[in-house]
Amino acid sequence: MDNQLTQKVRVRSSMPPGHIRTPAYLRGKTGTIERVLGPFPNPEALAYRQAAIALPLYRVRFTMAEVWGAQAEHPDDTLDAEIFAHWLEPLDT
Amino acid sequence: MPHDHHDHDHLSPSGHPFRADNDAPLSYWQTMEIAMRELLIDKGITTASEVAHQINAMDSRSPADGASVVARAWTDPDFKARLLADASAASLAMGFDIGPLKLIAVENTPQVHNVIVCTLCSCYPRNLLGLPPDWYKTRAYRSRVVREPRRVLAEFGLNLSDTTTVRVHDSTADMRYIVLPARPDGTQGMDATQLATLVTRDSMIGTSLPISPSQPT
Repeated sequence: MDNQLTQKVRVRSSMPPGHIRTPAYLRGKTGTIERVLGPFPNPEALAYRQAAIALPLYRVRFTMAEVWGAQAEHPDDTLDAEIFAHWLEPLDT
Repeated sequence: MPHDHHDHDHLSPSGHPFRADNDAPLSYWQTMEIAMRELLIDKGITTASEVAHQINAMDSRSPADGASVVARAWTDPDFKARLLADASAASLAMGFDIGPLKLIAVENTPQVHNVIVCTLCSCYPRNLLGLPPDWYKTRAYRSRVVREPRRVLAEFGLNLSDTTTVRVHDSTADMRYIVLPARPDGTQGMDATQLATLVTRDSMIGTSLPISPSQPT
């Protein structure tokens, strides 16, 4: 995903090894950009003392219904998390 | 009676169990910490007194610092706007040495209740609030509050109505969070210093509300 503010995004669902700060429980889930942060050095490189490119960081808001499906305690409650740009795919709405 | 134990052999004269001495061998990471610290000191990169000073500086930070930020926001609308726009800059402007802390304040309203967690580790706005409570770092809190926040909050004594939206904030990357709780009713005549005494650590994490002046403490 580029630096553009895209309203609706999906978190990539891959499970690569390494120091990943995209929580597994949010992978593959769809949310909306709450605000744009950063850029911040990519922790996946930083953790191994490699040259870390600064990437845009987004606060993405998910509904509990999206994250937990029918198991959600209260579907309209929300979960906000910070997700780096390379983990997000823009969604056409 | 609290001191009426049956097995007196393992109790101190005060009636409490003796705490075991820490005679166990160092763990791998304790050894690594000591080795790294000694190398940094030997190479002149830091000094033992600098390390001690930093520990002292961290221990001197406490929820009272955050409470005064919250109380200022309750009494100064311009400050509140600045806090919500950039909580790091607003905290620095009040004179708090928060170092590189990047802070976001999230506001509780009659419609919205916010609660903070770090599911991946134990991220916490330490440079403003001091060290986190032990429960904040437990797997139980970290895994449950994202999945069943209302039930967790109820266990803290906070029962929210169905018309309130709960927003859970997972500190997954570079930002840290503080909840700006709603000012309690019945506090009209109070100044910022008095108001700060109502702001608890947990109310800034979002697991409770500030103390109400009418409630027994």
